[in-house]
Amino acid sequence: MTHTLADTATTIQSTLQGWNLSEGWAMFLAAVIHVALVAGFFGLPAGIFIWAERKISGRIQDRLGPTRVGGKFGWLQAIADGGKLIQKEDLVPEAADGPLFRVAPYVVVVSSLAALMFLPFSDGWIAVSLDIGLYLMLAVMSLEVIGVILAGYASGSKWALFGGMREAAQMVSYEIPMSICVVIPIITAGSLNLNEIGGLQSGHLGNWIIFHDPFSFLAFFVYFVCATASCKRAPFDLAEAESELVAGFLTEYSGFRWSFFFLAEYASMFAVCGIAVLLFLGGWHTGIPGLDGILDGPRYSSDSFVWTWLANALGFGVFFGKASALVCVQIWIRWTLPRLRIDQVMMTCLKYLVPISCVLFLGAVIWPLALSYTGKTTIWGTPTGERAAPTMRLESTPNPADRLPTASTSNGETGP
Amino acid sequence: MDTSLTNYLLIGAVMFVSGVVCMATKRNGIAVLMGVELVLNGANINFVAFSRHTSLGLDGQVVSLFVIVLAAAEAAVALAIALNFYNNYQTIDIDRGDKLQG
Amino acid sequence: MNDQALFWIFAILAGGGAIGVVILQDIVRMAFSLIISLGSTAGLFFLLDADFVAATQLLVYVGGTLVLLIFGVMLTASGPFRRIQMSSGETFVGAAVGLLFFSVIAFTVIDVEWEKLAASHRPVVDAATDETGSTSRAIGLRLVGIPADTEVGVHSNSGEKTGYLLPFEIVSVHLLVVLVGAAYLARAKRHETSEATGGDA
Repeated sequence: MTHTLADTATTIQSTLQGWNLSEGWAMFLAAVIHVALVAGFFGLPAGIFIWAERKISGRIQDRLGPTRVGGKFGWLQAIADGGKLIQKEDLVPEAADGPLFRVAPYVVVVSSLAALMFLPFSDGWIAVSLDIGLYLMLAVMSLEVIGVILAGYASGSKWALFGGMREAAQMVSYEIPMSICVVIPIITAGSLNLNEIGGLQSGHLGNWIIFHDPFSFLAFFVYFVCATASCKRAPFDLAEAESELVAGFLTEYSGFRWSFFFLAEYASMFAVCGIAVLLFLGGWHTGIPGLDGILDGPRYSSDSFVWTWLANALGFGVFFGKASALVCVQIWIRWTLPRLRIDQVMMTCLKYLVPISCVLFLGAVIWPLALSYTGKTTIWGTPTGERAAPTMRLESTPNPADRLPTASTSNGETGP
Repeated sequence: MDTSLTNYLLIGAVMFVSGVVCMATKRNGIAVLMGVELVLNGANINFVAFSRHTSLGLDGQVVSLFVIVLAAAEAAVALAIALNFYNNYQTIDIDRGDKLQG
Repeated sequence: MNDQALFWIFAILAGGGAIGVVILQDIVRMAFSLIISLGSTAGLFFLLDADFVAATQLLVYVGGTLVLLIFGVMLTASGPFRRIQMSSGETFVGAAVGLLFFSVIAFTVIDVEWEKLAASHRPVVDAATDETGSTSRAIGLRLVGIPADTEVGVHSNSGEKTGYLLPFEIVSVHLLVVLVGAAYLARAKRHETSEATGGDA
């Protein structure tokens, strides 16, 4: 039913094997092709959102932004910047720890890039479909902190060290309310599989998890704030606080190493906005009742590959549009709000957001219990069909143990 | 699975022994903590390998989850002690902590 | 075949990182080597079908405990304490003891015939994963006490089998107590140090 990138990899691999390549080499080449695809997509958000940021920030500041490179709207400005940065001199400061200084950008890039592997861009358009996809995505994104600390330390300057330590403290602290807010849609959906969570929000707008109960509604906003903080975006951007710390942990980085950090930042912005869209805003579904029903037909039946692919491509467009809208909101917030001090940042997290997210979590857990006394499972009625979450179905709660193999294969005893 | 249990146990042994040597020979207090982490990870590899290759089942994985969590707690306390040592003696060299000697 | 190749990649990274922690002298490089080692351990867990444990290792151990360790390194590794040299006598004795210890463990591990030992006691369970390929549901059921991945009747001679919920709650309270204590221990009390050095026993 779902056509993951892994399935495509196996078809490419079997094609290559048909050309008389050995199995190991065929698998390796198929993997290389797919890594190239995902890495290409890693550069795409960066290219688009760098241009979008310059244009939006220009308009907010009552100026035009780039207008020369590539026509009237400056489409190719990001590529021109990339070209300029590549040909810059590769500087490594003398007081810097050489190997660690060179490795730090790669740690940050790898963690952002790996997070894109677990994100479904449409139904089944996912590189690695794991049942614990969301958990693993959060785990991989939390590795970015190590790259930031290494960059701050290995630069060999005190501005970089202070900036790196502050940044690391901020990123680690904001993981807590972020994770608590992420658990709320998981409870509603009953699964950690991002493909499944996105899939069950089809149908009308009320099926979106953000409209499921008021606690999920507030959880979206708390998650968005925490995601903005964990991407080091303003108003939490002390790493790039030019007025305070020169440039924080990026002080000694120039040329293409610097651009690696920004590629990683825009990719992780897209990744966290993608998670927000999947968990709260309906994923790749449009929310228009008739249209979702029409599109879900070819998506879930594998009769015609072309229609399935077209329906999924439309879903990809919807997903990308929603995630880009959220990224544009983040850009808008950056150029509107002033920067917070480090103590204000930590206080916001530990004194306000953590208790708020704990209360929301408690509310979201009690809500289905309270609602069951009225006989309904959601306030919009009961979602029907096999795509509905198991926690929302009105029939007797399915025994989760039924989903496991009955373990009766070897000597014929009955299962649990 | 092609790789046998023995290979995983040997890797666990390498990490365990490295951790023990690190704990025994390093003079930096934080380096001793790193040795403790390595020891716990070697034990974790053993648990998960046994859970996969013998009839231990998922008990091994649940225990390794508890080990991970308890290692985090122990690292926090040990780090607090190391920071106190550094604040009081102005050095992190644990060979200087010999006030009770003799 | 690829499992073999992946196993050797992760094993060499994990073992190399562990040995690197012992060999390197600079404390920050030791920390980075430890990060590589623990990250590769998560890869080994993935190869052993323990995906939930592997994700927890990455999230909690590498993303949490090691960040804590690195903060500790940054706070204490200024100036002369970044590289503390060991004398060559200590290095030799340490290496010898390590090699001896490892050979004892290795001979024991290689000698035992694990397949015959396991099969003689209980039937080996094929896979602990459900049809979706993950262990998260099975681990969750184990917390409540349902051994859904093994056969019914295997554990019947131990009577009523309880789950891991009580240890889970105890560990939660334990973590709270430990972290409150650690935060209290590590609070900055600089104003006391000048008196402490004077009145130190």
